[in-house]
Amino acid sequence: MSQSNVQKYLKNYGSTKEAAIPILQAIQNDYGYLPLDVLSKVCEESEITKSHLFGVATFYSQFKLTPKGKNAIKVCKGTACHVKGADITIVALKDQLSINMDQTTEDGEFSMETVACLGCCSLAPVVMINEDVYGSLSSSKVRSMLKKYGKE
Amino acid sequence: MGKNNGHIRLVVGLGSCGIAAGAKDLYEELAAKTKSHANTKLSHTSCNGMCFKEPIMEVFYPDGDHLMLGNIHKKDVDKVLEPLLTRKSIDEKFVIEDSRKPDKKESFRLKQHKIVLENCGVIDPDDIAPYLEKGGYMAIKKVLTSMTPEQVIEEMKASGLRGRGGAGFPTGTKWQFARNSQAEKKYMICNADEGDPGAFMDRAVLESDPHRVIEGLIIGGYAIGAHYGYIYVRAEYPLAIKRLKIAIAQATERNFLGDKILNTDFSFHLKIKEGAGAFVCGEETALIASIEGERGNPRLRPPFPAVSGLWKYPTNINNVETLASVPWIINNGSAAYASYGTAKSKGTKVFSVAGKIAKGGLVEVDMGIPLRDIIYTIGGGTSSGKPFKAVQLGGPSGGCVPENLLDTPVDYESIAATGAIMGSGGMVVMDEDTCIVDVAKFFLTFTQKESCGKCTFCRVGTMRLLEILEKISAGKGSMDDLKELEDLSAKVKDLSLCGLGKTAPNPIVTTIKYFRDEYEEHIKDKKCRAAVCKDLINFSVIEKDCTGCHLCFKNCPVNAISGETKKVHHIDQKLCIKCGMCYEVCKFNAIFKG
Repeated sequence: MSQSNVQKYLKNYGSTKEAAIPILQAIQNDYGYLPLDVLSKVCEESEITKSHLFGVATFYSQFKLTPKGKNAIKVCKGTACHVKGADITIVALKDQLSINMDQTTEDGEFSMETVACLGCCSLAPVVMINEDVYGSLSSSKVRSMLKKYGKE
Repeated sequence: MGKNNGHIRLVVGLGSCGIAAGAKDLYEELAAKTKSHANTKLSHTSCNGMCFKEPIMEVFYPDGDHLMLGNIHKKDVDKVLEPLLTRKSIDEKFVIEDSRKPDKKESFRLKQHKIVLENCGVIDPDDIAPYLEKGGYMAIKKVLTSMTPEQVIEEMKASGLRGRGGAGFPTGTKWQFARNSQAEKKYMICNADEGDPGAFMDRAVLESDPHRVIEGLIIGGYAIGAHYGYIYVRAEYPLAIKRLKIAIAQATERNFLGDKILNTDFSFHLKIKEGAGAFVCGEETALIASIEGERGNPRLRPPFPAVSGLWKYPTNINNVETLASVPWIINNGSAAYASYGTAKSKGTKVFSVAGKIAKGGLVEVDMGIPLRDIIYTIGGGTSSGKPFKAVQLGGPSGGCVPENLLDTPVDYESIAATGAIMGSGGMVVMDEDTCIVDVAKFFLTFTQKESCGKCTFCRVGTMRLLEILEKISAGKGSMDDLKELEDLSAKVKDLSLCGLGKTAPNPIVTTIKYFRDEYEEHIKDKKCRAAVCKDLINFSVIEKDCTGCHLCFKNCPVNAISGETKKVHHIDQKLCIKCGMCYEVCKFNAIFKG
């Protein structure tokens, strides 16, 4: 862990309670998740208490305390996706990647989670991989979509 | 939106939906292929609301002719580009509208009336110039140079504008409360935490016309006497955040934001706060807690935010669409706005129409038009062609409206009378293949997960409601369970602090009210007529239709299907997890579900 990173967060967002969410977002952006030692360091160097930072980190669904895969898959479980067959997409993804929700593949390439709504409802069912959105998915499209990320 | 200057202008819609449908690939292909054409100019806009036609591109010719093309992909560029540039005819399947053929009108665009969305899909959202050309920031000039804050508030009151986030509280009155609070500091916040699954109005407005929302915020700030503002936007909307950041920088550069705006004494500073994925933060006191860096727990009201809000200072919070309506009202006058809509619900409302609808997308209509017009005239009916079952309004806080109530006009009171709520504008259409118990279960799964846990009845009550629904959906329910659902729903509603808990039972209450027979079928007959509830259905091969193509065999995740190529296959019911994959992949409709 780099000491300078922690200093960067505090410099950019401040060291009071108000900065908790932006700091956690920055940490997650840099590390892909929230490493406990970084969180501890932030608390040591700022006014934010451990209980507060951990409380915030576990309240919001965006924050993850375990590492994500290189390619983070977000499966939309919004209403439109639900009625248009998000469950089939999930079965196809689980089958292709051999992991369950909130897990990471052994090679660290893919992790998978569900999210409430990506707001692309008219293209339901929708999946987001990293920053890219894929719509109108079927099981065969899931396969070709994963291929783009090196999944054989 | 820019002059042609003798160029043929090609404009591609790059909103999130468009990009997901392949608009970015289309744009890049066009960029590569038109590089050598000196008289062609390629640019982008965002979403014009016709999501069902994405990717969309428009062509503007120097003589004023105009073409709108849809469902056009990278692979089609070679086929259409040359004819487009030389003005030869192209394959009709791409053409949505053609100014040379005025009779060809897309029915999706009929009956719509665009105020909030007037620039969406028209201007380049990454550039302030087109917004200015469209009269942008004229309202803030007018307000700062010729109106007192009280006059602005009066204008809002006279317009009849009500909060578009769902509650429908009169905006002018809300501003008045915040204006009346005396304090050294006040805050003006835009609530862009569009957490309602199935709604994307705010995302589309922020991505397509970010300056309009910013202008509305500044006007609100002036009216209530706030010099600081926040836009609280969901982290799930990266493109909206990116475009807002660009827009704030541009507005600051031109002194529409910052100190002494346009050489007046009014200063306003605006920051973006990214949400972190909590539905409850759409509730205004929870949103305030979140900006303060706390867990998003709602607070008891009173005191209302207008008296004691962000860091205990008077705070006013408005939804994206509400604020996006404000510049129009200032520019065109409250009377013009109030001339649209009904007696109690003025102006227009934006809806995102999705689910099993033929023409899904973003729709803006005058308040008061019947739901039926939105679903049939604009939306073209169900996508499957199967009978319509219900439309879900207002997301997890809303309810399902059945076919016989489709003539209900869209206004706050009429929608509320059905048991649903207007909500922020999410409309999810369901056909006969949607199970109503499953829908109620879906929403309760959501609210149960998103409950912040502060109130017992919301925390535990939603869990118990969900358990009962799961029991019914598994065919293990009793008629007492139905009574229990109604009873507990009333308690959760009464004994929760904030809107999340107070409205969480709505999907159950409305579905029992209108689709009681379907619940009873699950309980008494152990039957799910939509063939959705897994415990009540089986999958089997229809032997006469099976060609032995092996596709189901290859796709079954649990190897429950056996059979040799070109011979009838068989599903082992003991192994089958009823995921429905075989049903989805079979090209010969040879899988029976039910």
